[in-house]
This record gives sequence, structure tokens and C-alpha cells, in this order.
Amino acid sequence: MIKLENVTKKYLTGNTALSNITLTINRGDFVFLVGPSGSGKTTFFRLLTRQTIPTSGYISIGDWDLVKLPNKKIPNLRKNIGVVFQDLKLLRDRTIYENIMFPLEVGNFSPKDAAKRVQEVLEQVGIVEHKDKFPLQLSGGELQRAAIARALAFSPEIILADEPTGNLDNATSWEIVKLLQDINSKGTTIIMATHDTNIVDNLLKRVITLEKGKLVKDEVRHAKHK
Amino acid sequence: MRHLQTSWKHMRRHPYQALAAIFIMMLTFLAISVFSFIVFGSSTIIKYFESKPQVTAFFKEEAKQANIDELRASLEQTGKVSNVKFVSKKDALQIYKDQNKNDPLLLDLVTEDILPASLEISTYKLDDLKAVSDTLKSSSYVSEVAYQKDIVSTLVAWTSGIRTVGIVLIALLALVSIFVMMTVIGFKVSQRREEIEIMRLLSATGWYIRWPFILEGVIYGTLGTTLGWILASGGLMYASPYLDSFLKGIPLLPVSPLFLFGLLLVELLIAVVLGVFASSLAVFRYLK
Repeated sequence: MIKLENVTKKYLTGNTALSNITLTINRGDFVFLVGPSGSGKTTFFRLLTRQTIPTSGYISIGDWDLVKLPNKKIPNLRKNIGVVFQDLKLLRDRTIYENIMFPLEVGNFSPKDAAKRVQEVLEQVGIVEHKDKFPLQLSGGELQRAAIARALAFSPEIILADEPTGNLDNATSWEIVKLLQDINSKGTTIIMATHDTNIVDNLLKRVITLEKGKLVKDEVRHAKHK
Repeated sequence: MRHLQTSWKHMRRHPYQALAAIFIMMLTFLAISVFSFIVFGSSTIIKYFESKPQVTAFFKEEAKQANIDELRASLEQTGKVSNVKFVSKKDALQIYKDQNKNDPLLLDLVTEDILPASLEISTYKLDDLKAVSDTLKSSSYVSEVAYQKDIVSTLVAWTSGIRTVGIVLIALLALVSIFVMMTVIGFKVSQRREEIEIMRLLSATGWYIRWPFILEGVIYGTLGTTLGWILASGGLMYASPYLDSFLKGIPLLPVSPLFLFGLLLVELLIAVVLGVFASSLAVFRYLK
């Protein structure tokens, strides 16, 4: 469903963020995107959400041709892709409930349907009790769950999670990963950027490794000891 | 509706900016209202005088009734005169008493003797007034001829002067209003940059983001206009009794509410255009 062919992205500064990437990700996959900082993980996500377009190459998601997609249709595309941003991008002056309500408001849901949906995702990520708190009052793991809940609001087919465990301790990281696995088990494609080797090594999923913008490894991990 | 709520929230969070924008709009539309009153009022006064082409001849003390009748007959023979009315000294005193019945001091000072008798002559056409007034002036019994064409031309000159000043003032105020609104809304846009960026990433369309800001401009415009209009209309109503005694007999006051509401409607329309214009400038300038 996600297809990249010879995708290269050069920034105006002359940096080559991604070069000649070709890969396919199927519906319902759980994929890790790994690599050191600056290897192009975030650029990869920015391309998929059409925050930027490739310098050359072809990208498609389902029937969407992301290179030719007119600006007018970007909102539609973004409804189908939930993003958990590295810096979360929760609005500080709104409660958790309002933050999750926000995309639904923007997407013109009726207030009744929106309220129902917010309640559902709050339950799914397990932070119903925090819904009336502001982001500043929550712990790192709870904030991460809130960001995931917001990404889930539109019931997207794809979730992009950019370093969702970046600032979390080990135990909390695993809770978040389990939550993402749970979401994946219901059919949502998940791409998770991370450099947490502990998680990657233990989960036995497909791992795409980027280094300096190049795809250096694309493998499905198997258990080491059988 | 949702956009309106968002605009309201933006305004509530920065009440002083909102007040600045509303007050500047109020000033602009106060000026527009007042000048509309003046222009409308003076044109009504001019029309009143023009619809009653009239010359008044005041007679000297020594004029006898016979002399006056003679002059009157000669005027009626010209065929230009539609109506001639004689006002005797007694009548003049009565008119004076009626006009000043609330002021006993003025009444005491005046007696029949010091008021002159007069002829009020109306013509069919405004142009004929000059010939009539020349005839009157040549008579040795006439002390003074009050000729309304002079009044009208003075009024016209004044009105066009006031109108020019008014248009310049209103144009300046409108320009200032646009800049103030642009600044206020532009400031809010740049202050919410982060939120707007997040909205975009969460699939908000451009118009979803722009609408609340544009509506904000419209709200400033309509609130300011309504306030300005209330001030001007209230002022007019308050001043009506004084103006009425000043405008003796000219059917200008009270101003019909229909005119006032019509004015409000036109002003609201202008305000909406101004508001949309200023906020769109701000939004398209700061939200690329």
C-alpha cells in the first residue's frame, strides 16, 4: 500500500536527506525504521504526509500519488495517516480531551460523533482518567499515549510514530510499543522510527535501516534461538 | 458557527486589542454617520428653500397701505407671481410671539412699532425671483429685500465644503482602521503560528484556518459600526429639540427612523467589506 520508487530528497541547503530509496510496505505491516539521528527517518515521514515532496522518484499510498497530489487534497490524505510526532505537538492551552477532539473538529465531525470517538480512543490508549488535564500535568508516557490517541482519532489506515519511546524509561517504552502492537493487530499499518535497539531486537518485526539517507538494510528479524 | 466560537475565543484572550480595533471602527463610523446627517440635513434644507421661491420685502415706516397695495397690484400683473401675502405690523408681532413664546424676556422687549410690515412674494420659478426682487428694490417704500437665493447659495457653498472635509476625514479614518485591524489580526496569526502549523498537520484546510481570523475582522467592523451609529443617532435625538427651534418651520426633524436604519444597513455593509478586506490582507500576508 505504501510504495517508494527511487525516491531522492535533497534540501535547498544541499543536504541529501534520502537517496534512491525503493521499498514497499504492505497493509497491516508493523515496520521499524531505524538509523542514527540525521539518517533520514523524519524526512521519510515528512514525505509520506506530504509536508514535502521528493526531489525525484515516485511515492504512492494506496491510490494517492503523493508527487502529483494537488494541495487541495492534502487534508484528505492526512486524515488517512495518523502521525505521532517526535515532539508530540500537543497544544498546551487545551486539555487532553480537547487535543484529541481537535482533529475531529477540524475534520468537521458532528460534536456528538466526535465526543463518542474521543471517548473510544481515550479508552483504547488507557488515559480516560487524565482527559481533563492539560499536557503539562501529564508524565512522558501519558503524553505519548495522548499523542497516539490523537493520531487514532480518524481511524487512519496508517500510523507513523516518530521516536515514540525517545524520552521514556524502559518499562514505559514497552507499554507504548505494546499499545502500538495492539493497534496494529486491528489492521492499522504502523511505521515506527526508533533507535531503541532493545525494542527492535526483541520484537522480531521487519526492520528498515537507513544510514546517511541510504537504505542499508531491509530485513525481517527472526528469533535468534530456536 | 464553530468558526465564530473560535473568533470569539481569540477576541476574549486579547480583549485590549479587540477593543482598540472596535473603537477605531466606531470612530470611523461615528464620523460617517455625522457627516451623513449633515449632508442629508443640508440638502433637505436647500430643497425646502428651492421649493419655495420667495422674496420678502420689508417696508419703511412711512409706507402707507395704499402704497403697498399699489406695489402688490403691479407685481401680480407680471404673471410671474404665484402668491403674495401681506404681513402687517400686527401679524409680524404675532409671528414673533409664536416663535418666541417660551422666552418672556424677548417678548417684553418687542412691540408692534419696531417690526416692519412686509410682503412675502412667491414666484412659480426660481429664476423669476431676481426680476421680482429688482422691482421691489426700485420702490422707494421698500427698506430691505430678503432674497432666498442668497441663503441657498451660501448653504450650497457650506455644504460642499463640509462634504469635502468629511470625505477626506472619513477616508483617513478608514485607512487607519484598516491598518489597525491588519496589525491586530496579523499579530494574532503570528502568535498562533505553532497552533496553525499543528492544525495543518492534522488535516485542516486553508479555509478552516483562515475563517476565524476573517470573521474576527467582520466582528470588529460590525460592532464598531453599531456603536458609532448608536452614538451618532443618540446625539441627533438629544440635539433634536434644540435644532428644531433653530430650523423654524423647515420640515427636517424628527429624522425618520427609516432613514436611520437605512443608514445603519449601508454602514454595516461598508464595515463588513472593510473588515473582510483588512483581515484578508493580514491573513494572506502572514499565513502563506
